[in-house]
Amino acid sequence: MEALKQELKGKIIEVLNLEDISVADINDNDPLFGEGLGLDSIDALELIVLLDKDYGIKLTDPKEGKNIFQSIDTMAAFIEANRTK
Amino acid sequence: MENKTYIQSFCSIQNNSIRLNGEAVFSTEDSDFSDFSKKAYQHFEIGYPKFFKMDNLSKLAFLGSELLLKKVVESDKENDIALLFANKSSSLDTDLKYQNSISDSENYFPSPAVFVYTLPNICLGEIAIKNQLKSENSFFIFDAFNPEFLLQYANVLLNTKKAAKVLCGWVEYFNEEYKAFLYLVADEGTIEHDKNNIEIAFNK
Repeated sequence: MEALKQELKGKIIEVLNLEDISVADINDNDPLFGEGLGLDSIDALELIVLLDKDYGIKLTDPKEGKNIFQSIDTMAAFIEANRTK
Repeated sequence: MENKTYIQSFCSIQNNSIRLNGEAVFSTEDSDFSDFSKKAYQHFEIGYPKFFKMDNLSKLAFLGSELLLKKVVESDKENDIALLFANKSSSLDTDLKYQNSISDSENYFPSPAVFVYTLPNICLGEIAIKNQLKSENSFFIFDAFNPEFLLQYANVLLNTKKAAKVLCGWVEYFNEEYKAFLYLVADEGTIEHDKNNIEIAFNK
């Protein structure tokens, strides 16, 4: 699980072009949206694509994202439980 | 009767270099646009992380606008600055990137972050958001730089009081070939706003 969290942080930084942020800057329970990393609605859509592309998880209801994308912890737990690749 | 209008400042960005009012202010060697634009962002201490999410056309327009608007825009006021831009290739560079992401049905992962830049006038939105502009904005497509059109359109905006200033721009980006030329027009200044002076500034 720890390796997955580190991998996720790296992928999020790369996919969302978070130029001024490093893996070490993101805590596992930091909020990804709002006051945390400050991601926006387009970033949320990119994260849905990332789940599909890299982990084979298709979110049919974008509203699910609200709970899944709360933090690295919640994202990693969801991926671990649902990944198909 | 039309009031006289003036070019208050101008800048150009091409071939890894930036000129402001005809003077070289920044350049890099042997870099692609991504590297060049990042170094320019750092050099001018722009401090706006959303820059790195923009497509290349928006980065180009945004860099130019920062150079000209930094000293003009007042953060605590509504800034009545219209945006009047044009180019030749529209958003084709980004359109093709997006098309590549959806052209293979076996590897079909369209990127929302790329898709949102598949219109040329998005770069105006980026400038407007950064500077809190709620004024007129228009983006036109021409075969080549068209100073006469920009001149007349900017003068109409100023003379009909649709805007206090107009930021005009030619921002062309396709396949790593790029040129931006931006100039700020208002009813006071030293360089008369006419076709000849626009062309002189464009070629400086």
